[in-house]
Amino acid sequence: MSVKQLSVFVENKQGSLVKALRAVSEAGLNIRAMSIADTQDFGVIRLIVGDTEKAVAVLSDSCLVRATDVVAAKMDDKAGALCGILSVLDDAAINVEYMYAFTAPTATGAYVVLRVSDVAEAEKALTSGGIEVLDKEAIKGL
Amino acid sequence: MANYYQPEIECASREEIVRIQNEKLVKQVRHVYDNVPYYRHLMEEKGVTPDDIRSIDDIHKLPFLTKADLREAYPYGLLGTDLKNCVRIQSTSGTTGKRVVAFYTQKDIDLWEDCCARAIVAAGGTNEDVCQVCYGYGLFTGGPGLNGGSHKVGCLTLPMSSGNTDRQIQFMMDLGSTILCCTPSYAAFIAETLAEKGYKPEDNKLKAGIFGAEPWTEEMRRDIEAKLGIKAYDIYGLTETTGPGVSFECEEQTGMHINEDHFYAEIIDPETGEVLPEGSKGELVFTSLDKEGFPLLRYRTRDICVLSRKKCSCGRTHVKMSKPMGRSDDMLIIRGVNVFPSQIETVLLNEGYSPNYQIVVDRVNNTDTLDVYVELTPDQFSDIISENQKKEKALEGAIRTMLGIGAKVHLTDPKTIARSEGKAVRVIDKRKLV
Repeated sequence: MSVKQLSVFVENKQGSLVKALRAVSEAGLNIRAMSIADTQDFGVIRLIVGDTEKAVAVLSDSCLVRATDVVAAKMDDKAGALCGILSVLDDAAINVEYMYAFTAPTATGAYVVLRVSDVAEAEKALTSGGIEVLDKEAIKGL
Repeated sequence: MANYYQPEIECASREEIVRIQNEKLVKQVRHVYDNVPYYRHLMEEKGVTPDDIRSIDDIHKLPFLTKADLREAYPYGLLGTDLKNCVRIQSTSGTTGKRVVAFYTQKDIDLWEDCCARAIVAAGGTNEDVCQVCYGYGLFTGGPGLNGGSHKVGCLTLPMSSGNTDRQIQFMMDLGSTILCCTPSYAAFIAETLAEKGYKPEDNKLKAGIFGAEPWTEEMRRDIEAKLGIKAYDIYGLTETTGPGVSFECEEQTGMHINEDHFYAEIIDPETGEVLPEGSKGELVFTSLDKEGFPLLRYRTRDICVLSRKKCSCGRTHVKMSKPMGRSDDMLIIRGVNVFPSQIETVLLNEGYSPNYQIVVDRVNNTDTLDVYVELTPDQFSDIISENQKKEKALEGAIRTMLGIGAKVHLTDPKTIARSEGKAVRVIDKRKLV
């Protein structure tokens, strides 16, 4: 049920980011969500797009790219929503490597992307905790 | 005013030196032929017998030895005498795979220390001096060589070894060191640290420095001389031959006198092996004329330099060699340590990386830096930052284990390392040393 995230390796130097994003742009792919983690030498761009297979194909010509399974969970627009999601994962003893949030024009709330130690277990825990989890088709429909 | 440690040899006439060389070479070739099967086999392959070597002029008939021979013969294959006659080994710095182990009899140690003593006296050393030796001690020849030479001259010797700069400076100031022996980059570092602590050049009692084991420039010499208020002398040597003191500078500072009563030098064409006339630039080859433990004949140093017999104002008659101007192989000297790019390649392959890498060597604040750029493969790339950083750290650890010195690893995109004519440029040495 999980969604695919695209991770792109970028060296920390002028032109690296735009090179990667130009490839996404030229393939006509809209970016639904993104986050960038950086170190002194390099960074990793994480992208959620509608058509991950196509994005991997166009990016792998010029970049180091990897598709990873992540969990996308819906958050209500109210205080404590994110904390509730994380508590469910904590109770299920699931570690979160990193996370980021996004929203969409059709949405009533926001979404959080979670990179977790065990995707299947995390989705099971969230669903039974009454939290809506997105799949590939749902992402495309946003 | 010139001082000599062994004036009868250091200022001997050309005829006398040639007579000594003739006598020693004939005896040494016979001895090696009889006692070193590895070299006898090389002589047989070349169709040379000890009878063919009647004087130093016949030396070109002998086969060369290379680093590859040393590896093949490791550890005992080039031993020149029974192990029971040997009293010590020394070894090349921290490098696996290319390690050289040299054996010394007590006589070898004595002649080596004599050579270092000649260098110290040429730098103005007497038994009234305080000689601070901050070359590494142990397997590295730098510390033990200068330490022994300093004893022979009768200096008060401070066997500091390398590192711990605060302690170096404390001893230097408290005990009034007059001669400093270390690598030129460490001398520059000490000079800077002294200045940072507020010391002026006239605050120390140093008068001379004996600096070697790595390439350095005239600019660096002038800089160290001004900052420490000393005269800086170059010294050259290699473990295969003995260690430091194979050649050394006198007050003229125009090249290093080779101790040619012990080490016979030739310059050859590195491509053809042909001996080149005096004044030609080529690869330096050494023959140990009277060493017992590790008597290498015609050892190819891979250092490119020029020999000169121009009369020297110091009164020494021994031939002078220029500073090495480069290498005929791809060896780099980084912080005094010999580094071959192939060693780094070995680490990368062992750790599962592609052999696409680039080594960038630079000198920042007089200290060598080593940066290794490695192309990451899709399999190795992780979306989790710390996983990638762990890879960098692991690689840095493996390189340190292999080379004995630290490197900064940078992971790069595939196909980003510059290639010229389809072949990657492996080494970029930004140090301006020649």
